[in-house]
Amino acid sequence: MINHYPPASKRRMYCFNYISLSFSILILTLGWVTTTLASSDPKIEMGISEYTKTDERHAIIKPKKESKATTDHTKLKELQGPFFSGPEVTKACLECHNTAGHQFMKNKHWTWDYKHPKTGQHLGKSVLINNFCTNARGNEGMCAQCHAGYNMDSPDFDFTNQENMDCLVCHESTGTYYKTPTSKGNKACSVMFESKPAIDWAAVAKSVEMPTRNNCGKCHFYGGGGDNVKHGDLSSVLFDPPKDVDVHMSEAGEGFSCVTCHVGEGHEWAGSRYEMLVNDETGTGKPGMPRDVASCESCHSASPHPITSVQGIKLNSHTQTVACETCHIPAIARGGVATEVDWDWRTMGKLKDGEGFKLKEYTQGDGHHRATYKSIKGTFTYAEDLEPMYAWFDGTMNYTTIATKFDPSKGPIDINSFSGSHDDPGSRIYPFKRMHTTQPYDKGNNTLPYMHLWGNDDSALWGNYDFGKAIEAGMKKNGIPYSGEWGFIETYSYWPINHMVAPKDDALSCSSCHSHDGRLDHLKGFYMPGRGKNEMLDLIGLLAVLGTLGGVLGHGALRMIATRRRKV
Amino acid sequence: MTMHKILVFKRFERLWHWSQMALISTLLFTGFAVHGTHSLISFGDAVTVHTWAAIILLVIWAFAIFWLFTTGQWRHYLPTTEHFITVARFYAFGIFKGEHHPYRKTYRRKHNPLQALTYLMVKIAIFPAIWISGIAYLLISFGQGELFEWIGIGPIALIHTIAALAILLFVIAHVYLLTTGHSFIDHVKPMITGYDDVELSDEELAYLKADEPGVIKEGD
Repeated sequence: MINHYPPASKRRMYCFNYISLSFSILILTLGWVTTTLASSDPKIEMGISEYTKTDERHAIIKPKKESKATTDHTKLKELQGPFFSGPEVTKACLECHNTAGHQFMKNKHWTWDYKHPKTGQHLGKSVLINNFCTNARGNEGMCAQCHAGYNMDSPDFDFTNQENMDCLVCHESTGTYYKTPTSKGNKACSVMFESKPAIDWAAVAKSVEMPTRNNCGKCHFYGGGGDNVKHGDLSSVLFDPPKDVDVHMSEAGEGFSCVTCHVGEGHEWAGSRYEMLVNDETGTGKPGMPRDVASCESCHSASPHPITSVQGIKLNSHTQTVACETCHIPAIARGGVATEVDWDWRTMGKLKDGEGFKLKEYTQGDGHHRATYKSIKGTFTYAEDLEPMYAWFDGTMNYTTIATKFDPSKGPIDINSFSGSHDDPGSRIYPFKRMHTTQPYDKGNNTLPYMHLWGNDDSALWGNYDFGKAIEAGMKKNGIPYSGEWGFIETYSYWPINHMVAPKDDALSCSSCHSHDGRLDHLKGFYMPGRGKNEMLDLIGLLAVLGTLGGVLGHGALRMIATRRRKV
Repeated sequence: MTMHKILVFKRFERLWHWSQMALISTLLFTGFAVHGTHSLISFGDAVTVHTWAAIILLVIWAFAIFWLFTTGQWRHYLPTTEHFITVARFYAFGIFKGEHHPYRKTYRRKHNPLQALTYLMVKIAIFPAIWISGIAYLLISFGQGELFEWIGIGPIALIHTIAALAILLFVIAHVYLLTTGHSFIDHVKPMITGYDDVELSDEELAYLKADEPGVIKEGD
């Protein structure tokens, strides 16, 4: 548990209240009143620190399972140290693992670079603009804390130097390893990283093993600047989830780590949002067959439901049109950690007494308070147990990149749009988290800009709070033309949902979709029973039934009248 | 020509009729739930019940076709013009004037010509439409529908629903027409007991007495 209020400095101040024992009770009361008065709104936290203890929340210390590996790294003389830096450890690793460097050099965690095989788009963290903090490019000093390398502080990083690779971030198992910004930010931001204990390089080096969820989660659970901010289905809850949150990762369930599904060889593994496979019809392979797809089907096959009931058989045929995730992940952001659904950059830059602050007005399911406003970022809206957005998806994402011109009058811009249709046999109905953001754009060129967020200078947004300067500097730094005029534009981004698979009893029921106003009500153009959407047929049917009923009732009434007349 | 109480609806026919009634009611109820007309039963349960009821009815229907052809009972459904106008005229006018139903059941024709034609249409048009579309739908649902997939499940469902509507209309008219005799009970009773008043020629009477004595009610 992290207790944010009151800040430690203030707590120390109030200690003076406890000096006199004889008046302790009175003074305590006074102390409480003073505390309350001093921070009149306990939800306000001064400062703009972005530090997140990524390995503490929800984490449990699990006894290590007996390793089946044939090498006990703690005993290797090469790893006894002393080491004084990460690259020294990497060098030791590569002495034995002499192909690991070449392998990892092709990995996205290292290159931050991706060429989409279908769209040809140049993607990857090094170039993309998102609708969270916007761009890592030019802000590597802060963002590259999640780069699997050492000292990337600009796009000019040397990607050919294997010794810059960070083996430890993925393989160390002590939990004491951490990374810090590679360059200085504004002094208001920088203080947050002081006072961390120095890394015991030999200890972390000797602890290496296959990556656990602690390794992956430190970055992937905190994407977008905080716990579950970005994905919605990847949060710190997954460090130790209850079974109803994630059947696969829960200890009471399968106890999987990330790499149980994201399998691979040679430092390349399955799972990418840039190019996804939504219709794994191969499913489970024969023993020993390569399995390089992190799909549900790769373990469960494309007909996973028991064929002992009508519903089971029927559900199996659903896999032709509906992704497993659609029914089996009934809600996003479960287990007590909220996800961000709206980010409004327009309110960025409000200060209290000339100092940046955070307003923590959202209390999430696990009791933690989340910032609804940050001076350096603007206003946030959160959601938990959120119903996903559903759409036909063929696995291919199309990005609005730095090079994409758009028409701002056409409404919100899709940061990533995707293709898919009901008449494409390769598409499936897929769940997404949709993120809405109001963010700056280049008003003259109608493009998204690179912003200069991080830096110890007078144009970095974080510390100077000036969009104009930050955009100008960000564009100049990267040699991109800037019109000099900026405005705000609404954007959407779409995050395919795959994690936090619920127990089967919590899967959606048939009528979640097969009903009036069901979850798929907005998907048009194809037959789906139970929605009552064929209005023409229903009208004709109703008229026919009413006509027949009217006919027989009329006929019957006439008979009764005729009978009465005859009797009279 | 004399009136006799004879067994017009054999045991199988009565069993067929009432199981068909129960199953068709079930199918109409669950079918319109699947269609989205009502939600008195959950969608999943509706699909399960609808599927099983359809499979049972399909089996019964297979038996019925076999029975109709092996016993020669299919002849009752052959369309005929004899008495057609008389019966139609009765429903249009005579019935209001207190006339008696002009049609007398005979051994060879237990249905009046209007009735026979309606049942024939149900048997050769509406039921095949519902069965073929239903089986196609089921096969596609169960992932075995290569034969029908080119039509698309949408048009198949449309045909199925239209046929279901036609059956609903038939049921309404069918039940109403039970009131057009002496009484509703009088009309329903033969389908329960099997016996009804039928005009027999002397030859038919002699034949039945000699070869099928069980058909004529005891003490008649």
